[in-house]
Amino acid sequence: MMCRKFEILEKRTLAPKIKEIVLYAPEIARKVRAGQFIIVRVEEKGERIPLTVADWNRNKGTLTIVFQEIGVSTYKLGKLDIGDRLTDIAGPLGNPSKIENYGRVICIGGGVGIAAIYPIARELKKMNNYVISIIGARSRELLIYEDEMRKVSDELKITTDDGSKGRKGFVSDELRDMLAKGVKVDRVIAVGPAIMMKVCADVTRPYGIKTIASLNPIMVCGMGMCAACRVEVGGKTRFVCFEGPEFDAHEVNFTELMKRLNAYREEEKIALEKYLKKIGEVKPNAN
Amino acid sequence: MPIRRRVEMPKLPVEERMRSFKEVALGLTEEQAVQEAERCLQCPHHPCTSGCPVGIDIPKFIKMIAERNFREAYRIIKEKNAIPAITGRVCPQEVQCEMKCTLARMGEPIAIGALERFVADWAIREGIVEEEIVKEDSNGMNVAVVGSGPAGITVAADLAKLGYDVTVFEALHKPGGVLVYGIPEFRLPKRIVELEINYLKRLGVEIKTNIIIGRTYTIEELLKEKFDAVFIGTGAGMPKFLNIPGENLVNIYTANEFLTRINLMKAYLFPEYDTPIKVGRRVGVIGGGNVAMDAARTALRLGAEEVYIIYRRTEREMPARRDEVINAKEEGVKFQLLTQPVKFIGDENEILRGIQCIKMKLGEPDATGRRRPIPIPGSEFNFEVDTAIVAIGCHVNPLIQRTTPQLKTNKWGCIIVDDWGRTSMKRVYAGGDVALGEATVIQAMGTGRKASTAIHQDLKKK
Repeated sequence: MMCRKFEILEKRTLAPKIKEIVLYAPEIARKVRAGQFIIVRVEEKGERIPLTVADWNRNKGTLTIVFQEIGVSTYKLGKLDIGDRLTDIAGPLGNPSKIENYGRVICIGGGVGIAAIYPIARELKKMNNYVISIIGARSRELLIYEDEMRKVSDELKITTDDGSKGRKGFVSDELRDMLAKGVKVDRVIAVGPAIMMKVCADVTRPYGIKTIASLNPIMVCGMGMCAACRVEVGGKTRFVCFEGPEFDAHEVNFTELMKRLNAYREEEKIALEKYLKKIGEVKPNAN
Repeated sequence: MPIRRRVEMPKLPVEERMRSFKEVALGLTEEQAVQEAERCLQCPHHPCTSGCPVGIDIPKFIKMIAERNFREAYRIIKEKNAIPAITGRVCPQEVQCEMKCTLARMGEPIAIGALERFVADWAIREGIVEEEIVKEDSNGMNVAVVGSGPAGITVAADLAKLGYDVTVFEALHKPGGVLVYGIPEFRLPKRIVELEINYLKRLGVEIKTNIIIGRTYTIEELLKEKFDAVFIGTGAGMPKFLNIPGENLVNIYTANEFLTRINLMKAYLFPEYDTPIKVGRRVGVIGGGNVAMDAARTALRLGAEEVYIIYRRTEREMPARRDEVINAKEEGVKFQLLTQPVKFIGDENEILRGIQCIKMKLGEPDATGRRRPIPIPGSEFNFEVDTAIVAIGCHVNPLIQRTTPQLKTNKWGCIIVDDWGRTSMKRVYAGGDVALGEATVIQAMGTGRKASTAIHQDLKKK
């Protein structure tokens, strides 16, 4: 079968508003490594948005992307079907996750971030680390990649905010208890909402455990040219797209990251409402 | 015989500018162009040509205009310059060809830039651009050009004409580099850039967008897998910061981000286009170069009530082109001179509210020959703005240098090249801002020309 560049080959709904697509992008698939991302433009009038690569197949030339429909761009992406093409995909961008034999590593994924931690956990496992994964979502139906994570983890812990699956609470609660019980940990890697990564960093700080966060700021260029994604790390302004996306979580100014993530909240609402009106959906579904 | 006055290019009336992104400088009419061309003294020693980084035979093309042989004028320009409709608009002719013009000393120099633009626009209107493809047969050799800005375009056009199979790699989704993301529509219409890029395609150049060399492919992979030579023209696009407190507050943009959102992503058409932009009531643009003027004029067009250029020296020392400063003033940009920001001030939500500045005075000349700005102690004051745009220049793009350890760079990260663009790596050449540091479009093209000459020479030997 001849695949066309940036064509969607597979698509599945993992949870309400969370979708997984497999894209044909052989030039990126041959190169991409765990922790890297791509910049996509869904259509001619679309934004450039960063999406973490959850998986890839170098032989088939495919990338797997998991995303949550939140803003206009992800809604548009979610509307595309098998056989449709994205206008642009550039990558792989950012620096690959540093994969070494650290010993015992805790991999934390929150929400759609579980798909982003998945390849990192998998590579760490391949390097003979003892991988403890903590994954969490708001509720049972929003939890994704459980089976995938189980396969690459020596231990898998699940949390949900409402207690509908696993432990009731946040991933950081599980982490806190684990450390309090004296579990010896050599490294923690967290991917998820900024607030989740911030709390995880706060939990590990007193123990002095090296903690890595994969940051998710607003981006435009994705290649170090516009500085939209800049954030203070260790008192210095760093470009997440080019110098990250992973940084020492104890040095990241998460408060700043969160404020900057909200910079366009009004505009995002306007754009989404306009789009939903156009396609005949009145307002975003709950969830 | 008294020397006739220089023909001034007509401009769009200010009221009309402010409602649109229409081009401001309208170009000469045919009669104006001929009249201006007739002023040329046709000096036998061609001082103007020596001031042109790509060596256009200026007196000859001007003579052709005077004789109304525009087609021949176009051919002469195009011999040396692949993108005259662009350079005719954005070249700083006043410090290059026009500065060397004999008439400059006797009054006003020939409007060489305006004439170049006239010829290029005439050729586009008449559809001549299509016909002027002269190209040697393929020699079977492959050259990769990294970056599709002015340097890359020049190398690609030169080598394609000589029979090389040229592939241009562009990291963004549209080719053109700074011509597309940086320079606004009202100074360089994107239609013009597209037309000039199409010329490359008609020369047989393959343009691959969305490919980030250094990530998607390394330089070594390019050399190993397909290409006989690689030219790096990745530019200077990594924004500099003031390194003062508060620079990451919400609503502080780098000029690159501000202009990219608008020029490349068309945020001025939000929400028809998805990319948003925020322009407040009072905008402060920090810097005194062309990019600062571009950002300030753009902000006004997007509805800002007051836009200030905040610059630490005086208007005399501004690196911006005189014409752009005049345009900015005509449009209502205000100048807050001898002023240096020391701190950005935000509210409890980390949203920008103002800039704490300090007054400056000029001291002795520094290394650039301009008088050094010195802070006046105790003169701090608060300057209220709700949007700030930092336009104080860029570092060279570091990605390729960092992923190609064999490539030697200087302390500013510029790729070290010889006079002909050869780098420390065999079969790898560089030009434009990535080798020069920040320079102009035509200087970038000049180094591209040298590199294409070297590539041709070196590959012929093989």
